[in-house]
Amino acid sequence: MDVLIAGTSFQDKIDHDINIEPKDVMPDEYRTHLIRQISQHAHSEVIGMQPEGNWITRAPSLRAKQILLAKIQDEGGHGLYLYSAAETLGISRDEMIRQLHEGKARYSNIFNYPALTWADIGAIGWLVDGAAIVNQVSLQKTSYGPYARAMVRICKEESFHQRQGYEIMAHMMDGTADQKQMAQDAVNRWWWPALMMFGPHDSDSPHSGAAFRWKIKNKSNDELRRKFIDKTVPQAEVIGLRIPDPDLKWNEMKQSYDHGKINWEEFRQVINGNGPCNRQRMQHHVKYHEEGRWVREAAEAYKNRLKQSN
Amino acid sequence: MSKDTQLDLWEVFIQAKVGGNHVHAGSVHASDGKMALQNARDIYTRRNEGSSIWVVPSDCIVASTLSDTEMFFDPSADKIYRHPTFYVLPEGAKQI
Repeated sequence: MDVLIAGTSFQDKIDHDINIEPKDVMPDEYRTHLIRQISQHAHSEVIGMQPEGNWITRAPSLRAKQILLAKIQDEGGHGLYLYSAAETLGISRDEMIRQLHEGKARYSNIFNYPALTWADIGAIGWLVDGAAIVNQVSLQKTSYGPYARAMVRICKEESFHQRQGYEIMAHMMDGTADQKQMAQDAVNRWWWPALMMFGPHDSDSPHSGAAFRWKIKNKSNDELRRKFIDKTVPQAEVIGLRIPDPDLKWNEMKQSYDHGKINWEEFRQVINGNGPCNRQRMQHHVKYHEEGRWVREAAEAYKNRLKQSN
Repeated sequence: MSKDTQLDLWEVFIQAKVGGNHVHAGSVHASDGKMALQNARDIYTRRNEGSSIWVVPSDCIVASTLSDTEMFFDPSADKIYRHPTFYVLPEGAKQI
């Protein structure tokens, strides 16, 4: 079998569901597509730490604070798994960070929205991580080995994130009228951005053709979005939350929900830099990257001193 | 912006239970061995995945290459007598 693999062409391997590994021959477009997708994914994990980090000092109990810290630490770890996976394609971490700071690489649009109340921490865990999990589960079978393996690890860790978010929401829906209102308000603000996380409709998704042929993707944006809606709506009903979509209806024929129109104009506005927090997120990242520079330099200096004394 | 450094690349091997193999888990960036070990602990063993960690500078790893795969592994391909199933045993022989 190994001998067979060595002599097999790129597309043959893809067609036989054999993972592509770093040293294998691959088309430049495959490499470029993956670098763009994996680095965007990594940046999203890291930028995603900001809206939640904002609530660490204001968590309502020690239990909640410990859980939030653990969750944010996971997100940082996920970013690092993904940066490592991208590095195997020949891009350095310096370069990825530079592209982020120069606006050439993106991160998930969802993190340009603010976390205004504690209920937002619940909504982020339940809806944003919930949407991310649906996407990441399908990526466990992606064709590039290092990316697929990072996804397996990430999926194992993510399910606690969604549960802790749902627990916060359930807890608030069990509380006072004000608390219930706060939970509902968070869902009203996060529901549509969460649906937009899956990207444009299949009919106008520019990159999807090659992504399918190369098995980077195996489910379309709309399929994944439907999956997310179908599992999330009943969860909302259990705790008495209303989904802010008057057109949301169970479709008996499809055995799935039909949803209302997504406001893609808002999506375009936010992705092009006009969201509520775009500038703040990037300024924060640049600031702490710069402020950490002396630590990296000191570590290098220490390494060189160790070498000299040996 | 002046030249930045993201430190050196290290490969991480984790032993899940005492007595088991160390298995490759992924990589970390660090400037020295101690930092690499601590980073590996924080990144790969947040849920009791490990009882021991090895870290190795990535450029110290010597690997077989894909183009040599055929030639390199060929010597073992035709020696099926190395497997116990190759041998024909008399009827009734047990515990062998």
